[in-house]
Amino acid sequence: MTALLTVSQLNKSYGGVRATDDLNLEVMTGELHAVIGPNGAGKTTLISQLSGNVFPDSGTISFDGIDITHMVEHARPHLGIARTYQITSLINSMSVIENLQLAIQAKQGHSFKFWKPYADNKDVRTAAHEYAARVDLGSRAEMQVANLSHGEQRRLEVAMALASDARLLLLDEPLAGLGPEEASDMISLLETLKGQQTIVLIEHDMDAVFTLADRISVMVYGHIIATGDPYHIRQNQDVQHAYLGED
Amino acid sequence: MQKKVFVQGLILAAVLIVPLLLNYMGHPFYLDLATRLCILAIAAVGLNLILGYGGMISFGHAAYLGLGAYAVGIPAHHWLYGGMDAIATTNGFVQFGLALLVSGIFALLTGLVCLKVKGVYFIMITMAFAQMVYYLFISIAEYGGDDGLVIDTRSEFPLVNFDDATQLFTICAVSLFFVMWLVWRISKSQFGMVLAGIKGNEQRMIAMGYNTFAYKLAAYVISGMICGFSGALLGNFTTFISPEMIDWARSGELMFMVILGGVATTFGPLLGAITFIILEEVLSTITIYWHLPFGLLLIGVVMFVKGGLSALIPKAGDKE
Repeated sequence: MTALLTVSQLNKSYGGVRATDDLNLEVMTGELHAVIGPNGAGKTTLISQLSGNVFPDSGTISFDGIDITHMVEHARPHLGIARTYQITSLINSMSVIENLQLAIQAKQGHSFKFWKPYADNKDVRTAAHEYAARVDLGSRAEMQVANLSHGEQRRLEVAMALASDARLLLLDEPLAGLGPEEASDMISLLETLKGQQTIVLIEHDMDAVFTLADRISVMVYGHIIATGDPYHIRQNQDVQHAYLGED
Repeated sequence: MQKKVFVQGLILAAVLIVPLLLNYMGHPFYLDLATRLCILAIAAVGLNLILGYGGMISFGHAAYLGLGAYAVGIPAHHWLYGGMDAIATTNGFVQFGLALLVSGIFALLTGLVCLKVKGVYFIMITMAFAQMVYYLFISIAEYGGDDGLVIDTRSEFPLVNFDDATQLFTICAVSLFFVMWLVWRISKSQFGMVLAGIKGNEQRMIAMGYNTFAYKLAAYVISGMICGFSGALLGNFTTFISPEMIDWARSGELMFMVILGGVATTFGPLLGAITFIILEEVLSTITIYWHLPFGLLLIGVVMFVKGGLSALIPKAGDKE
């Protein structure tokens, strides 16, 4: 297996806080790589640097052999990087389908098309319905996002990332705030993606992480202290001390 | 659906026919009023493209009205008094072309700066740029400074005569309908959808791969050009242009019209302009403090009529 994403010696400080501290990470093509760590470990800051929302102070990020450290955020999806947000971030005034249409169209060249009525774009609409169905939102397709339940919005978050046809999905706590039933729906959804997509998963739900992940990196104070398969992470002394508790 | 289209058609027909009828019956004053209404409505439609559909609250759009009007006045001035041979003309195509060009370039250059910031800062910077234009024209003595510039000759076009009040009104009304149609088309296009997405959640649009800055800038330039066009008509209507037309209070009036009528709607800016002009006319005959009841009315509409006046037009799917 080759590395799709390579992060080396990444640093990012906010004032005196080192949110990312000499961080190294390799994500292999096709794997589901979970990043876990206590609150405030800098997981979301890491995702933000990978997606281009935040730029590192030093270090490099390369994706598929291309150095993307300084690439602007809106250019990265065109290389094949898509993210979801820990706090749901959708276009609430639009319908499920319209959100998905925008996600699909983002990759189809420019949108400086001032004249042709939007509704005429049948192919995109059809594709959007397919993505909605894939995350079990087929019956909600025309509903405004603001009126969806939290669980449905979380699923749409993932669908938006899928609709952008990315090679690397950055999922920032897809289970955040979900009830047990909704969470198990989301886990089944992620299971269907496993093997199809390369995924970086940030998650607090340990059961989900140990069920889903091919490999796990443990992050503490902006630094990755261990990377390995779930079995080895469980056995790792440092990880047990730092994160899982000592019992 | 039927009823909505019917009401909208009725509004357009009334805007076009009532003033002509009143003029025919010997009340040319109303024709003048309606001409001014149509011109300001065009500017409001232009502003609505960014304020309503794009969520960018520009407090400086009167600058484009001024630039458009000066683009008519300055060539006409040089045509009469000499100098600046390159632009000295009364040819309407050149003058209107110049109005579109200058307002487009001004929107592009200021947009590059304004659109780097959001919210209150955007409002303040757009206003600051407009005030710069205001003070620029105050300082140019050749064009009258703050006394303003009399436009001795109106734009000349083949077939139509802008000196004829009826013809000028008809041109303004038809231009208004055209611009409303244009912005409606844009709002329904893929570009319009992207713009709506940016208004809804810009960060998400960036994360999806949209260069939101470029889309906002394009909308900003189109909006500025529409207002520049409106300004060129205004210059022809008033045959006088002064920096006072660029004042931030004028920009505020355009915002009033859009918000009063209903943001991000096709008919909102027109309804806002109609209400604004009629109230201004009626209230100012009663009291010189007409701004007070007017302001109270605006507050009332914003608080109690969700979606502005255009929300009062029956919606698609309503009974009957």
